[in-house]
Amino acid sequence: MHELSVTESMLGVVLRHAQANNATKVSRINMVLGDMSTVMEESVRFYFDIISKETIAEGAELNFTRTKLIGHCGVCGKEFEVVEFDFRCPECQGTETEIISGREFQVESIEIN
Amino acid sequence: MEIEVLEGVFDANEIIAKENRSLLDGSGSFMVNLMASPGAGKTSVIMKTLEGVAGALNCAVIEGDIAGKVDSEKIAATGVPAIQINTGGSCHLEAKQVNRALNRLKLEGVDLVIVENVGNLVCPAEFKLGEDLKVMILSVAEGHDKPLKYPLMFSESDVLLVNKIDLIPHTDFEMETLEQTVLRMNPGVVIFKISCRTGEGVSDWTDWLKHRVKAGA
Repeated sequence: MHELSVTESMLGVVLRHAQANNATKVSRINMVLGDMSTVMEESVRFYFDIISKETIAEGAELNFTRTKLIGHCGVCGKEFEVVEFDFRCPECQGTETEIISGREFQVESIEIN
Repeated sequence: MEIEVLEGVFDANEIIAKENRSLLDGSGSFMVNLMASPGAGKTSVIMKTLEGVAGALNCAVIEGDIAGKVDSEKIAATGVPAIQINTGGSCHLEAKQVNRALNRLKLEGVDLVIVENVGNLVCPAEFKLGEDLKVMILSVAEGHDKPLKYPLMFSESDVLLVNKIDLIPHTDFEMETLEQTVLRMNPGVVIFKISCRTGEGVSDWTDWLKHRVKAGA
């Protein structure tokens, strides 16, 4: 629901790095988006087309790499994929699970000219 | 040419959330981020909470709404300082809006700041505000099946207040199913069952909160 402001932030990150590298054009944006992020890829694409107009990122290809929701058990140390939001450790039934991936929305790299 | 960026889209918000944290630490204030759907009873919970901690804690309230100042007027009428943030269409509060509000409040001597987030079960969960505690409300009329539909909110919250329990006899609400589902998603969550209308369970929540604020501040 908040993809407009999130896409604005993403574009801000991209333009800042592009300008710092004296880019004249951003051709591709590589991002990592976790499966448990509330951000919708489709909506980001939709808003990006609108708000990137007349910036050097206009027309850039958006590439999303999705990451699964992975937890780390604080009791036995096992790393496991969280299925259907069951955060209990499948190995020891521990309840001190820390999320190590699956929540992120990060700009990994940009391709510029 | 490919340039490495490695910057999170929410990083800017998180930097300001940390600033909020140090503002609050500076005055020894504890902040609660209260989240729920529209109509779950956020403002009623705040009113009841203020009543329950009165005398023990000095409070202030930050009200986030898309428009209007009905809620902050209601709070201010009780004598508790209240600041209204109008997000102007945005579906959640961000750290920078709370930062402006914290700077307007006189935090000195304030033990507890309650932030009422915009009514929404999705977006507020994604934006850290610098809070000590994320508290969410689910009201009985919304149904016990909500956790799996809004997993981020239910798994991020430290406290779940199940409100309007006086309505249970009129609905198919299954408390046990709700508790089982939520505890699977969020084993550390603390659950209170309350009714702001009858007052049932409210003091369990406010006593626990008083304790937490005193331990955490």
